[in-house]
Formats: sequence, structure tokens, C-alpha cells
Amino acid sequence: MPVEIKMPALSPTMEEGTLAKWLVKEGDAVKSGDILAEIETDKATMEFEAVDEGTIGKLLVAEGTDNVKVGTVIATLAGEGEDAGAPAQASDGPPPQSAASASPGGTAEVERPSDQGTEDAGPSPKQDTGTKQLTQAVERTSVADPEVPAGTEMVKLTVREALRDAMAEEMRRDPRVFVMGEEVAQYQGAYKVTQGLLDEFGDKRVIDTPITEYGFAGVGSGAAMGGLRPVVEFMTFNFALQAIDHIINSAAKTNYMSGGQMRCPMVFRGPNGAASRVAAQHSQNFGPWYASVPGLIVIAPYDAADAKGLLKAAIRTEDPVVFLENELMYGRSFEVPKLDDYVLPIGKARIVRPGKDVTVVSYSIGVGVALEAAEQLAGEGVDAEVIDLRTLRPLDRETVLKSLAKTNRMVVVEEGWPTCSISSEVMAICMEDGFDDLDAPATRVTDEDVPLPYAANLEKLALIDAAKVVAAVRKVCYR
Amino acid sequence: MAKAVSPAPAPPATPNRERPSEPQPYSASKEELLQFYRDMLLIRRFEEKAGQLYGLGLIGGFCHLYIGQEAVAVGLQSALSEKDSVITGYRDHGHMLLCRIPPADVMAELTGRQAGISKGKGGSMHMFSVEHKFYGGHGIVGAQVSLGTGLAFSHKYNEDGGVCLAYFGDGAANQGQVYESFNMAELWKLPIIYVIENNQYAMGTSVNRASAEDQLYRRGESFRIPGIQVDGMDVLACRGAAETALEWVRAGKGPVILEMKTYRYRGHSMSDPAKYRSREEVQSVREKSDPIERLKPLLDQAGIKEDQLKAVEQEIRKIVNEAADFSEQTPEPEASELYTDVLVERY
Repeated sequence: MPVEIKMPALSPTMEEGTLAKWLVKEGDAVKSGDILAEIETDKATMEFEAVDEGTIGKLLVAEGTDNVKVGTVIATLAGEGEDAGAPAQASDGPPPQSAASASPGGTAEVERPSDQGTEDAGPSPKQDTGTKQLTQAVERTSVADPEVPAGTEMVKLTVREALRDAMAEEMRRDPRVFVMGEEVAQYQGAYKVTQGLLDEFGDKRVIDTPITEYGFAGVGSGAAMGGLRPVVEFMTFNFALQAIDHIINSAAKTNYMSGGQMRCPMVFRGPNGAASRVAAQHSQNFGPWYASVPGLIVIAPYDAADAKGLLKAAIRTEDPVVFLENELMYGRSFEVPKLDDYVLPIGKARIVRPGKDVTVVSYSIGVGVALEAAEQLAGEGVDAEVIDLRTLRPLDRETVLKSLAKTNRMVVVEEGWPTCSISSEVMAICMEDGFDDLDAPATRVTDEDVPLPYAANLEKLALIDAAKVVAAVRKVCYR
Repeated sequence: MAKAVSPAPAPPATPNRERPSEPQPYSASKEELLQFYRDMLLIRRFEEKAGQLYGLGLIGGFCHLYIGQEAVAVGLQSALSEKDSVITGYRDHGHMLLCRIPPADVMAELTGRQAGISKGKGGSMHMFSVEHKFYGGHGIVGAQVSLGTGLAFSHKYNEDGGVCLAYFGDGAANQGQVYESFNMAELWKLPIIYVIENNQYAMGTSVNRASAEDQLYRRGESFRIPGIQVDGMDVLACRGAAETALEWVRAGKGPVILEMKTYRYRGHSMSDPAKYRSREEVQSVREKSDPIERLKPLLDQAGIKEDQLKAVEQEIRKIVNEAADFSEQTPEPEASELYTDVLVERY
């Protein structure tokens, strides 16, 4: 029976792709290692190799087709003595559900095209993981932004594009702004966030560094002290642990230690938080770590509009900023106001869903989970107000407390560990300054207090989801 | 039995890449000699006074004195121009005085007063003056090497013709970020002079107990950064090395390393009893190589008389005493200063 060749997942974040070009035609004999096609993923154009020997039967998806879901059968391959023309078992019907749900996540260094080959027909290759529950909320929910004036023209942008646009706009505006980090220039960004910047700004301002986080974080900090405006990209914030000395001891403390005469205006940015199936050393939310340090600004946006408006503000401010992105969100699209200069205020939370019965506070990817839970709760007659903190330091106590005064109930949702966390902090604020407004003890929904496991089922158990938020809300509402 | 033929001697190693020329001792004019003397004496007397104030409890915390090492900073910084920047670690008082930061501002910082250069919030190890292009004053061993590389990056980016002089000790020379910085500095041909002030002891650990390659000027070899070893107790040798290094760096040839062989007379910090070396060792250096004493015969040859030196000495004592008096009398920061300067902007 012919082997089915399926649309491969060529990166952990890829859910679908473009079949850019076939490099074989029907009837061609192929052997293992031959390049069958070029496929465009969310990050790059990659070559797709044959694993099995045989003769190409039918090409089921024409070249140039966009949005081909991972797992879709794109061709058939007949083995020796088989009829190349015979139809494969499943033709071009919809791919198996679980294959289509290939979830985003992972890091660039696991991106190895040759690791991925044709799949045997059979059970779906990609397992359902815990990160899917974090991102599916994006499609199912929408974000309210009362601050954008009615009638503003909106454009749909991915978070990745919004971040790139923010950097490009600020680089056009201020010649002191430059970007440095691993793979930011020629490779166009390990996650393609800096795509196109090298072409526009050249290698003086878009600088590939060696893999030396401690060193280039220090070089960036020194350049900021010398009057420049560095944007230092960490491939992920997990690697910034090697550089945390400069973020805290050099960047955050300089203005205070110098009595206000030496500044360190710069941005440390990159993906933070759990990614998909990359396990403990590549999955951690450092928001609470940095938010505990006086002298730093810490921003963790949720959607593309905030990513753009807040990154522009971060590049402009005179203070050092830790800008925590989320890899799972890079490929997600949102409406972004089409304004010449969309800059958001640092330190202001926003109410992304107004409600009256309970306040659900979150930030970064947790906002989507909170919004999804709010939708479900609406069906049960519970009207949840969802607040996106946006900035973790300084934290907008006022917006949190005002909402608590209205709803009298508080749940904090955080994709991160519970101990000494942002949720701990928000609950402490409620105790200190909102105690009289509480009709029930404030509670929180966080990741489990364990290193993030690799196994798909365990990862799913470790991470937050909407069901856990719904349960917590019911608890504080005594329902 | 025939005598074994002795093998032909190996030819001397020839460098496979360009090196800076061998530095020559600087030929100083009479005025320059006197200025070197003044500056070294200013640092010596300032540091002695700081030690005294520490003993009186007026200076707290960690206080690292530069006594013995004066020729290094005086020789090197005398060669700088206004475009150039200086950064160092926590043994920083001398370097600041040479950046022409008023001694009273430095001393008042040591006593933790509002009038101190950091408004009393930094202390001995954390002092800065952007105005004087002195970028710290850094308390984490080795941090200033990466930060200084960043300053050099900004000189190059701004095309301002400046060079960064980044000092660090023999202890910091074993930190990983030093080599990360070396790599980037050479890769990008940054205008920086790495100055290793090798005073022989990283706190209590001697260089050869901590460094597999104890000839620290060679530490840049894997990065193709040339290194020069300099007698750091001889101010003219230091200045001569600075000339060579600056010529190299200003020509766009990238970084250079100067290993300054020097010695500190006092403990690592005021609280260090320095039991790891003998009294005789210290005494021997003081007698044979003291940088200030070594300059005296040259001053004499140049026609600068004893009474002229005495006048300098008195002038310096006056400056230092006034700085000390000021630092004791000027007020501590207002309580409200606790909350200022955490951030630049308001959010």
C-alpha cells in the first residue's frame, strides 16, 4: 500500500504552512534524503526530505497552496512493486484532529528539518500538549480596549510583526537605538521577531552577537551608560539567567547608586514563560524575578497592540526595561490601531473585559486563559471583569483595587509558579489595601509548583487552563 | 662514545600577526614630571586620609585603598584626551581624582553625605561622573570589563574618536565575562584598552594560586588581542605603555591588553589584615619600588628642588584636609532622598 506523505511540522510552533514548491513530480523515483518540497513555516522556508524509498504517486496539494495544516496528506509514495497510481487510504480530506492541533512552542535550536520526515500512516504524530490550552483562548475571545478611540482604523498583525514594527519605528525615530543579540541580524531572528531590520538599518545597528549572554548584556548596559539606546534580545529569557547580574546589578541600580546622574536606558527583551514541549530549562516565567527589583521596569504584554505600543514606550523611556514576550503568542494575530505613533503608557493596567461579579487579574498569556474562562462563566450567569496588568513593575494597584471595590471578589491567573509570584503580590495588595472590599478570600490559579515536564500529558497537567480558572471563580463566588 | 650532536637551537618565535611596538619609557618634561608627582601624592595622601576616617568610623562598609598602585592610573590617565572614558572596579578613588573630580566630592561620598558625588547613595565602590567621563566605580568583580566594552562600543557607534580605558584586577582576570568581552571587542575592533592592574593578590589569593596562566598580558592570545607587560611601579613606563596602546587603538586596530605589575601596600580592603603575605614582602616593595620615591631622583635631575616638593606636599595636604573636613561636616542625605533616583521617569 502506498505511504502517505503528510505536511510536516517543521518547528514546534508550526500549525500550518505554505507548500511553496514541489521539487519532485509524479512518477519520480525518490530515495531517503531526497528533497521533496520547499515548505514555508511561520518562521522560515525549509526543505522537506524523503524518509522512505519509492516512486512518487499523486501530488495531492498543488504548489503555492497556503495554510496547509500539519498532518494533511500532500502526496503518496509507492514502494517497490506497488502501483504508484493507487490511491492512498486517506486522500486529501481533512487531517486527523489531533494532527491539526500541533501546538506552538519550542525554540529555534530544535528546528531541524531533517529530523522531520514523512510520517507513517497511523495515529496522529503530534500529541495534545498543555500549551494548546494556553493559546486556544486567543481565537475564542476578544480584547476590549476602551482607550482606543472609536472609529480608529485597525490592522491585523501578529505579535511578532507588532514587535518588529515597534523596533523599526523607534530605530527610524532615534539613531541611538540599536538591536543586538544572537541571530538577530543575518538569521533574521531566532523567532523572526527582527525580520527585515538588518536590511533596513544595516549591520551597524542590527548586530549579531556570539553566544555570550553575560558579555553582551554587559556590553549593552555599558553602551546605554555611554548614551546609546540598546535593545538587547535574549533568544529566550531562560538564557538571560547567565546575564542577570548585569540586568540587576548594572542596569537597574546605576541611576540610584549614582545619585541620578548616570542612566541606563535600554530594553532587555525576548520570549519568557512556558513554551511547548521544551521542558524545564526552556520553560519558565521570570516575571516575578525581575518585578522584585527596584530600578527596573517590567512589561509583559498579551496581544499585538500592547506588544507594539508598550515596546515603543519601553525603548523611549530613560529607565531600563525588561520586556517579557511569549513565544506561544508570536504567531497570533490581533487588531492593532493604525496610528502613526502608537505608544502606550507604562504602568497602566487595562480592563480587557468589563464585568461586575468577580475580578480576574492576569498578564501575558494568562490573559487569554482568563478571557476564555470569563466566556464560560458568562454562560453560567457570572459576569467576570478581566484585568490585564500589562506592566508588572510598577504594578497598577489602583486599577486592581478599583475593580475589587466593584466586584468584591478576586482571582489571579498566572502562567508561572505560585511561590513569591505576581499573584502573591496582587493578593498581598488586596489584603493591605482592599481587605474591606473582599467578600471572599482572594485566590489564584497558577502553574503547578514543579519544573515543567516534557511528557505531553504531564505538561498539560502542570499548566493553567480555563477550567481551573472557572473552578476558582466559582469558589470565590460560593457557587 | 661519540658525543651526541646537540640539536640546533629552535629559531625564536616570530609573531604571526602585527603587534604594537615595544613601549618606551616616556620622556617627560619638567612640568609633566611635577604633575605626575603631584597626582601620585594626591592619591597617596587622599587614601591615607580615607583610611584614617575609616578608623574613626566616619567611613563604613568596604573601603579599598589604592596606596602603592598610584603610578598605574597616573601614567595611563595622563595620556588620555577629553573624548576618552574610564571605568574601573571598586578600588576607584584614585582613578576618580585623576578624572579631575573634586576630592571633596569623592570624600563626601565616602562618608555618605548628600554632597557626595552619588548623593551618598553609592559609597566607596559605586561612584560615577558622566560629566568627567568616569563610568564607575563597580562593585561586582569583572562587571566593568563588559560595561567598558559597551562604552567602547558607544565610542565606535558615535564615531567620536574616544577610547575606553577599562581597569580590572588580577582577580577579575579570571572571570568568564572578561573573555566574552575580549571576543566581542576584537571581533568588532572596539576602541578599548584593557588594563589589568596585577597587584599580585586577589583579596588573599596570590596570582599563581589562582591563574593557570599567570602572565596575564597573554590572556588575550586566543582572541588575537596583543598584550604588553608593564612595570606598574614606574610612572614613566606606565605613560609610555599608554602611548603605545593608544596609538594602536586609535589606529582602529582593536583592543589591547596592558598588564601592569604593581603592588598594594594595604590589605584588600580596610578590614583585611593581610596575613597571606609577610611584613618583609611589603616592606621590600616599599623600599625598592615605591612609585613616588622612584620619581624623586628624576625630579632632582630635572632641577626640581626639595623645597618645591615640600610646597607640593603642603598644598596636597591642604586639599586633602579640606576634603576631609568638608566630608565630616556636610550633612547626611535628607530622609526623602531614600525614594529619589530609583527610576528616572514617573509612571
